[in-house]
Amino acid sequence: MMKASLIANSRMQGVEAKGLLRAHKWWLLRRLSQASALLVFMLGPIAGIWIVRGNFASSELLGTIPLSDPFIALQSIAAGNTPTALALIGAGTIVLLYVIVGGRAYCGWVCPVNVVTDTADWLREKLGITRDRKLDRRTRVLIMLCALLGSIFTGTIAWEMINPVSILQRGLIFGMGAGWFVVLAVFLLDLFVTRRGWCSHICPVGAFYGVIGRASVVRVAATRRESCTNCGACFRVCPEPQIISPALHGSGTRVVDSGACLNCGGCIDACPVDVFEMSTRWSSHRSPARDTPVAAPASNKKSRDPVKLSG
Amino acid sequence: MRRDKQISRRSLLAGAGKSVGVVCLAAVSLSAFVETAKKAQANALRPPGALPGDDFLAACVRCGLCVRACPYDTLKLATFADDAPVGTPFFIARDIPCFMCKDVPCAKACPTGALDRKTDIRQTDMGLAVLVDHENCLNYKGISCSECHRVCPIRDEAITLELQVIDKRKMLIPTVHSDKCTGCGTCEKHCVLDHAAIRVLPRELGQGSAELSRAKS
Repeated sequence: MMKASLIANSRMQGVEAKGLLRAHKWWLLRRLSQASALLVFMLGPIAGIWIVRGNFASSELLGTIPLSDPFIALQSIAAGNTPTALALIGAGTIVLLYVIVGGRAYCGWVCPVNVVTDTADWLREKLGITRDRKLDRRTRVLIMLCALLGSIFTGTIAWEMINPVSILQRGLIFGMGAGWFVVLAVFLLDLFVTRRGWCSHICPVGAFYGVIGRASVVRVAATRRESCTNCGACFRVCPEPQIISPALHGSGTRVVDSGACLNCGGCIDACPVDVFEMSTRWSSHRSPARDTPVAAPASNKKSRDPVKLSG
Repeated sequence: MRRDKQISRRSLLAGAGKSVGVVCLAAVSLSAFVETAKKAQANALRPPGALPGDDFLAACVRCGLCVRACPYDTLKLATFADDAPVGTPFFIARDIPCFMCKDVPCAKACPTGALDRKTDIRQTDMGLAVLVDHENCLNYKGISCSECHRVCPIRDEAITLELQVIDKRKMLIPTVHSDKCTGCGTCEKHCVLDHAAIRVLPRELGQGSAELSRAKS
């Protein structure tokens, strides 16, 4: 009873239909990925094991491979800085990575703020908080433009002065100080003010990766949408529920083709009848675009594509 | 039909105008905040080879690779409580000064050029040591403390002891030479007083000028 009450309300149907583990498969993989991303950076300062140095803004993997945050690099250019070859290679590598695994896979699989906001959403459900100050989801795009414009105006990397994403990841790796208050503010925003307020409405980092996400390869697809019972579990678990409908209820592609998708797999976990699966952007080319119940080519892919992401 | 089109065009324009307005307002607000938040306290010194002023803040991504490269734990990334803009690398000379490594590993580690990796440690400008408290400096009391001179890594060039006669007493006065001092802060660190009488300041705060333009006007 106590154990059951910890399960997110939106995953309850999935748990009943598929069991606790299968209804949390992608959730577990994501938490593992987020924890590893931080731990690999923290192993150096804590245990002296230097697999990677630096932090998410820029780092050096195995003493050679440069990795850089492309949105920070873009602001740096806007601020009038001529980027070094090293920074460009680092940022290019990261862009390429997310073009493959999904633009906002950064949000779902790496960013530590996601854990904070997921927790706020979980608590929101548990406490039955329905108060939801509606914000336009395009606000984040405006804030992204504001960050770039602010960088031009000030001649500095403007968003990094307040970016909660940087404050949290850098704080965990280098020391937090008063940064916890910024994290707390994001948590309280998501809990009391707007559902999924930070990640799905305000954060310009997510908006930036969303632009990459428009072209990215790995995608969630509503492959077996004919089985859908309209229970609504996927909509309740999804941080961007507006992007599901076209793939689930439309007559066109079954692929969730919005850049806003985090590839978090929440819908795959939560669906009691396994409508969704991790796939690629091209899967609609293989299965007929019309709404016909052809499941064979899609299920062929099923065995292959998830491995790409989890492996 | 035509009417619908007009309305939608009008609302489209209004929407676009609203967005532009929001972006401009937000960008100005963010800029105003940045202008306040970017100022560092005088005692927060930048690593060797740092680009001047805003150029540094345009290039530094606050990754901390310089911090990791420093063998003496001199450098830190600022949190909100510290005296430098959040996330940027700095050091407080009185805590741990710069040890002026010949190979400048911190600057070499910088991926963005915020620290010039070709910097010559002897030519770098982290600040300028200034003997700020003549009242309490022991050498000014006629005691040959001279600790700042003794510990200076560029001894007899950056700091010399100049023989002066003050109130008919011979004194050895520590004198900083701005063309040699790199602002490493070793003198500040080792000053024997409770609060250092010699301190590293940003050069524009610590240095006068030989020009007499003010006196002329």
